[in-house]
Amino acid sequence: MTENMTIAVAMSGGVDSSTVAAMLARDGDGASESRNAGDSQNAVVGLTLQLWDQTRLAGKHGIPDAPKAGRCCSIDDVYDARRVAEQLGIPYYVVNQEERFERDVVRPFVDEYLSGRTPIPCSLCNDHIKFDQLLQTARSIGAERIATGHYAVNEYDPARKRWILKRPADLAKDQTYFLFGLTQEQLAHTLFPLGRLTKPEVRAIARQHGLRLAEKPDSQEICFIPGGDYKQFITAYLEEQGEATPDTAGELVAASGEVIGRHEGISKFTVGQRKGLGVASPTPLYVLNIDPASHRVTVGADAELSTQTLRARRLNWISIPELTGTMRVRAKIRHRHEPAWATLEPASAGEVIATFDEPQRAVTPGQSAVFYDGDEVVGGGWIY
Amino acid sequence: MDANATTPLLPEVLEAMRPYWMEQFGNASSIHQQGQTARTAVDRARETLAEFFNCREAEVVFNSGGTEGDNTAIFGLLRPGDHFITTSIEHSAVLRAADRVAERGVEVTFVAPLANGLIDPEEIRRAMRPETRLISTMLANNETGVLQPVEEIGRIAAEAGAFFHIDAVQGAGKVAFDVRRFGCHLLSISAHKIHGPKGVGALYVRRGTPVEPLLVGGSHERRQRAGTENVPGIVGLGKAVELATASLEDGTLERIAALRDRLEAGILAIPGTGVNGAGAPRTANTTNIRFEQVEGEALVIALDLKGVAVSGGSACHSGSTEPSHVLMAMGLDKNAARASLRFSLLRTAAEADVDHALRVVPQAVEHLRALSPVVAGTAG
Repeated sequence: MTENMTIAVAMSGGVDSSTVAAMLARDGDGASESRNAGDSQNAVVGLTLQLWDQTRLAGKHGIPDAPKAGRCCSIDDVYDARRVAEQLGIPYYVVNQEERFERDVVRPFVDEYLSGRTPIPCSLCNDHIKFDQLLQTARSIGAERIATGHYAVNEYDPARKRWILKRPADLAKDQTYFLFGLTQEQLAHTLFPLGRLTKPEVRAIARQHGLRLAEKPDSQEICFIPGGDYKQFITAYLEEQGEATPDTAGELVAASGEVIGRHEGISKFTVGQRKGLGVASPTPLYVLNIDPASHRVTVGADAELSTQTLRARRLNWISIPELTGTMRVRAKIRHRHEPAWATLEPASAGEVIATFDEPQRAVTPGQSAVFYDGDEVVGGGWIY
Repeated sequence: MDANATTPLLPEVLEAMRPYWMEQFGNASSIHQQGQTARTAVDRARETLAEFFNCREAEVVFNSGGTEGDNTAIFGLLRPGDHFITTSIEHSAVLRAADRVAERGVEVTFVAPLANGLIDPEEIRRAMRPETRLISTMLANNETGVLQPVEEIGRIAAEAGAFFHIDAVQGAGKVAFDVRRFGCHLLSISAHKIHGPKGVGALYVRRGTPVEPLLVGGSHERRQRAGTENVPGIVGLGKAVELATASLEDGTLERIAALRDRLEAGILAIPGTGVNGAGAPRTANTTNIRFEQVEGEALVIALDLKGVAVSGGSACHSGSTEPSHVLMAMGLDKNAARASLRFSLLRTAAEADVDHALRVVPQAVEHLRALSPVVAGTAG
């Protein structure tokens, strides 16, 4: 399937995407040895997206001065990616997408928090940058496919005439939750070579290829927020933009409606949060709801945090063309959530309602809900 | 086609340098014969440079290249309270040094170019103040090749009693030098732009110009630049300058200009293209071309994969590109600046290089335009 074409590998400087580059580049070597001269082989080009200048807000509002390696766009990561490309003998380029990233990922991220929601920048980045702009760039330079180090399986089903996205072999590394927004067109041009491997196997392959970064730790935090404190980031970013941080201070209320205190701003809360509420209580209190209009934050007991239904919009369907009736699925409502049985039904235009068999904790506006049928991603949308 | 970024050593340069790595490895400051051999080699290179600049030998200071020369002129002359005039199209070696002295209490004026990339000397004159101590402009712009009216600027400096520095890194080997005609007190060049080695250059310092050295230590270079002389590098620079001087007179420039003109005309046959800096006098080897509806960064990569190395914008820390500050100073918007590429020919360029580029470029541009909703998508 991947024969005789140019593949652009999205290289972050981490072990996963470096291993993808090594697998594809060496694939080409193998092909040239085992076939007659004259047979062409895959050409591999490494691309790194420059998304955010890590020095931009450094030192402001408690953001660390020197960003650590292991984040997108740190110079060390570009250096690592370049070294891997050099070792593999593949052409390598850094592509500047800072403006797009700021417009389509960073700004919406900030706005979502200011609106009392809890955003997922990685999904926005996948939808708008990695599988959109990167694919565009890849095709511009003559590549037919892009390959990434995501843990997911992507295959074409001739019966349904659709590209199907599936959970990977290594469920602990499953990244399908962040990939639900991929269109059929994007999936058709994307390879996930790690989908059937486990992380230890990937590290072993990296070692076999002599990649120096085989033991490099995984990155965990949001790549453009060095230090991981999103509140500091929002303050520093708005200040840099010359914008006042909107005053979203308001009342802290119990589920009964009783006012039990005040808070300094809704962007400091996320549904399900327990720490930092600023009120004393004999039993643990959790954020149940954030009302962006009144700035009212409702808190209550753990039991009150669970809900039976969710509504999602800005939907994307993968294994089906459209949701036409009810459907039994397992729904995942945040990255570390075990998918739970639910029944989907279409709601008003472009929206869906999922009713869980068992109530689920902390259904959080701004996160996505991704629906699975067995290992297949049916589709998903954004919770509101 | 990226000669303005750097050039390969010519074989004659490598040959000239060869003895000074292992056999003639002496320190030019030593008294013994090995040292004297090294000293002689450095002095011979200095004679070549003096002839090239049309100055005295004692006015040539060897250093590590263009950045050091530019930095030395600016940091070595300016003190808090002084006024400094430069332009917004300078190399970052000048612009960042200007920012630094500005932080330290020097008043800096950045003069903008005309739309064709030329600095209007009258703008320099208007910017002059009684406390103006230094004017720094480039001889040839690295991105557009536009040749600046340094002689007129030199006269303005002389009338006002200000010092004048020329960043001539991109002019070397492309126009004849004469520091007296230019009317400058300082002039920087770099070896690797003229088929010499990287990491070596020279600064002309007119006698009596009170430039404080950046590096202090030994009494090298008449106490103007401490540090053991890079003997092989200096020898290489000397040879490169000798060859560059010859190429100014042997028809090379005319040949390169003809190649550049053919390349430019061939590319301009693609619809939606234009030359940045058109109408201004330019170096023979450079053309900077705007491709409407094209993402320049993708075009650079696509061309590189087809064996045509060009550049677009200025490289940022990671190696990705930012829109060119030069083109934006000329009034191009970000998208137009992003969609512009620089083609700069080596002195050794051949007809076949241009033929190849003219096969590859139109195809790549057409391919990109067919695919891309680009420019509209990234405006914002």
